Parts: sequence; C-alpha cells; structure tokens
Amino acid sequence: MLNLYFNQFKRSLAIMRKDILIYYLKGPVIIFGILIPLFLFLAFLTGSKNLSTDFLISGLIGMTMLFTATSVSPVITPWESQMNTLERLMTYPISIYTLILGDILASVIFGTLITLVPVIIGLAIGVNIIHPLILITGIILASICFSALGLLLATPPTNAPSNVMMISSLVKFPLVFISGIFIPLEIMPFWGKAVASFSPLTYFTDLTRYSLGNGSYYPIILDFTVIVVFTIIFFALAVKIHKKTLPMRI
Amino acid sequence: MGYVVEVHNLTKGYKEIKSVDGVNFKVKKGEIFGFLGPNGAGKTTTVRMLTGIIKPDSGKAYILGYNIQKEPLKAKEHLGVVPETSNAYVDLSAWQNLILTADLYGVPKKDAEKRADDLLKEFDLYERKNDKVKGFSKGMKQRLILAMALINDPQLLFLDEPTSGLDVQSSILIRQMLLQLREKGKTILLTTHNLEEANKLCERIAIINKGKIAAIDTPENLKKMIKKLNTIEITFDGFIDVQELSDFPEIQEIRKTGDKFILNTDNVNNLISAVTEYAKSKDIKIVALNTLTPSLEEVFIELTRRG
Repeated sequence: MLNLYFNQFKRSLAIMRKDILIYYLKGPVIIFGILIPLFLFLAFLTGSKNLSTDFLISGLIGMTMLFTATSVSPVITPWESQMNTLERLMTYPISIYTLILGDILASVIFGTLITLVPVIIGLAIGVNIIHPLILITGIILASICFSALGLLLATPPTNAPSNVMMISSLVKFPLVFISGIFIPLEIMPFWGKAVASFSPLTYFTDLTRYSLGNGSYYPIILDFTVIVVFTIIFFALAVKIHKKTLPMRI
Repeated sequence: MGYVVEVHNLTKGYKEIKSVDGVNFKVKKGEIFGFLGPNGAGKTTTVRMLTGIIKPDSGKAYILGYNIQKEPLKAKEHLGVVPETSNAYVDLSAWQNLILTADLYGVPKKDAEKRADDLLKEFDLYERKNDKVKGFSKGMKQRLILAMALINDPQLLFLDEPTSGLDVQSSILIRQMLLQLREKGKTILLTTHNLEEANKLCERIAIINKGKIAAIDTPENLKKMIKKLNTIEITFDGFIDVQELSDFPEIQEIRKTGDKFILNTDNVNNLISAVTEYAKSKDIKIVALNTLTPSLEEVFIELTRRG
C-alpha cells in the first residue's frame, strides 16, 4: 500500500513538472503574478497615509500569495480539455488525487517563489522579519491552501478558460477586501470581523503581520489551524467535484 | 482461451438516450479486434468505459483480468490508449512528451529513455525529437501519440480512429506498426471508420449500431452474412443464349452487363460445375470466372440498415 502511495506521489511530481513547463514558465504569467497585487497595493498606498509600512507590506504579501497561487491552477483543467490532452491524461494509471496533487504542487512552487518578491521588497525598504520561521511556514501552508482553492475554482465543467477566470475573479477580489488587508481587523465593525473570519486570507495576513512584528488579532496557533482546515476542505471538495465533472469535459 | 477484454452487458445512457445498450463481447489475447459503427453508434463511449475514463450505468468490464471499475489503476498500468480526440502537449518536444508519459506510467528512467529513443526511430520522428510538437504535421503528431501509447510496452492497446484524416504515408506506417505489434503478441482493440483498414488488419470485427452489437465475427464470415456471396461473374469467348442459362436449376437470378453474366445461386459449387460443363458442351471457352465477394462496406451498410 505504501508503495502504491509512493508511486502515485512520483506521478504527481510528473504532473507538477508538466504544469511548470507548459503553464507557469511563461513570461506573462510571472509578470502578471507580481504586477496585479503590486498595482492594487500602490493604488491603496496612495490613498492611505496613516498605516505603517509593516502593515502595508504584510497586506502585499497576502495579496501576492492569493493572486499567484490561484492564477493558473483554476484554468489548467479547462485548458487541457480545450487542447484535447485531458482525455489521454485520464487514461494513465493515476488517481484523481494524484492529478490534483500534481497541479497543487506546481501552484505551490509558483505561489511561494513569487511571494518572496514582496518579502524582499519589504526587507529592502527596512521592514524587519521578527519571526522568520513563522513567516516561511505560513507562506508554505497558505500557498497549499490557495492552490487547493484554485483547484476548487477549476471544478465547473466548462472547457472555456475565460469562464473559469471570471468565476475565479468573482471569488478572489471580494476575498482581498474582506480579509483585513486594507483595513486592520481591530478597527472593523463586528459584522466585518464575522465576514473576515470566513476567509483563509484573513489568517494568513494575520500571521504575516505577527511575523513582521505587529501584533496578531488571532492567536498564531489558531491562524495555522484554520489555514490547515481550509486546505483540507478545499482539497476534499476539489477531489469530490472533479471526480464528477472531469468526465463531463470530454 | 485467454481473453484480455471481457465485456458483460455494458450500458451507458445520457439523459433518456442509451448510447451503449447491453453490449457484450470478448477479445482474445494477441488479436486485432475491430470495432465498427456509424457516427453516434456508441463506439467511443464503449472505449471510454473500457479505458476507465467514464463509468458505465450498469454492466461489467474486465481488462486483463481486472475489473476496470473497481481496479482502474491496476488495469491502466498495462494499457496503451490513443483516444479519439487526443493531442500531445504542443509546447513540449516529442522527447519531453514521451518521457512525461513514461513518468505517468511509472517506467524507470533508463528504460523510458531507451524506449523513447527506439520509438522515435520506429516512427520516423528521431530527427525532430527535440522540436516542439506545435510545429509537427497531423501525421507526425498522430505517430507521436501512438509512440506515447507504447512507451510502457502495453499488453493491450485501445486505438480510437488512429489513422483518421492522416496522409497515406503516415497511415501505412501506423498500419505496419499495428501488424508488427500483433506479431509481438500484443492485443489491439481498433475503432475505425475505415472498413478496408478493418478488413486488412482485424481477425474479428464487432459492428455496433444504435448502442447494440449488430454482429461479431471474422471479416470473411461477416461477408457471408449477406446474399452477395452467392454470386458468380462469368465471361465466355462466344455467344451464349441467356434463355438456356436461365434454365439451369442452380441459377436463381441472371443478369447480363457488357460481356459478363452475373448469376445468383444458393450453391456456388454446383453452379460452377454446371456452367463449366455447359461451356464444354458448346465448345466455348470461359474467359473469366469470379465469385463475387461482398465488400465489408456492403456488410456494414446491410447490418446497420437492419438495426
């Protein structure tokens, strides 16, 4: 049994390599992964003079993570279907878990590496990382969580990547505004805090702020736990729904 | 008798329509089994169920002894599949596509590289191994897809329209490869619209129509299923009175086209003897005598029309 899991994991790595070569190592994908959150950040920066650089950088890290880890993963399956490569992929001796895990691993690598860009920007402008281990662990866990979210967003059985991009944007942009990126959780009204608590980005932003020396709103252990719980839910739902919708794509 | 494919009452419907309706057949080890049918007959749906892509509504299928619904991964390990609508990754090279496929089958790296090299040579793609597939012609892409299906040295191959729309050279190469694979003991389930291809390659053929199997047999036996087999075409070097010929008890129907007589009978052997005797008695030579065999196309049209 262990051998079976190991073999399937090796095949997930093959899926990951394929995704990186075909979908991620493209200039526009990398540039847009950095530019979109950066533009959002700059737009916000010009309108808010009272917030500290630490607060703003942690928001930029959160946004970059969300946008990069969910940038390509939702469109891989519709793309594969449109390019007539999905059916053959489904004939290989790989389980749906293997397929999704491979897609997630590629997205995790991309999300993690691109998120290091705002971290480096922060360090360059004098932001101190007080708890680097917590930040690194948080970045890795959040990249897994948002990549799984990306795979969940890929489940509608459409073969048009543009449709999935639209659904994806409808989910991602509201998440940015409810997750304490632009407005600290402390000064949100009760209903705002209640809504924020349903977003995994809230907990990642919270632990990033803690790592950069600002206080956290929630206990750090709670931030980690909730991110892990969201990851499990997103992954389980993605597997369950893909099992149903994958055959509908061919 | 070792069967590598056993299909029992396989049924699949979409909404109210049954696209595959209680299909049963078996494929022997080492044979090329043809799967013929008009568009929408249920061929591709059947192949998709047999390759574990979609699940049947009812019925069972055993692939190499494994229940494809319950043990899909074990069965798929030994399969090679060329789906009806499939493509290689156009942003990868031929070599990268082959190695990726080998990785997904769990082929060890050294074996994979050797097999990839051999297959690229066999399919006449070696010179282009490092080129991206997006620059390949349709024939080259299809040869690569077939090479990808062979990278794990499968025992059983499912080929859905492998030569459809290809140039003559690629079609011939692929057909030669299929015959070589049969010689190596591989079993092939071939879905095709090309009746001549099925006639030349397949030991047995299943004709599917409206989701049901209309007939399964060897190409020659299928041809016997329609009346035309009992027809001979004969040409003499002298004048023959049609009236005299039509008096032969063996002849059921007689037609004359040009210098040929087309004779319908229920006993070809007796008719040939009688006509030969008749020609001798009249001191007339027989210039040509052919038993007319129906083409597989005629069998196909007849069987699918009945359905």
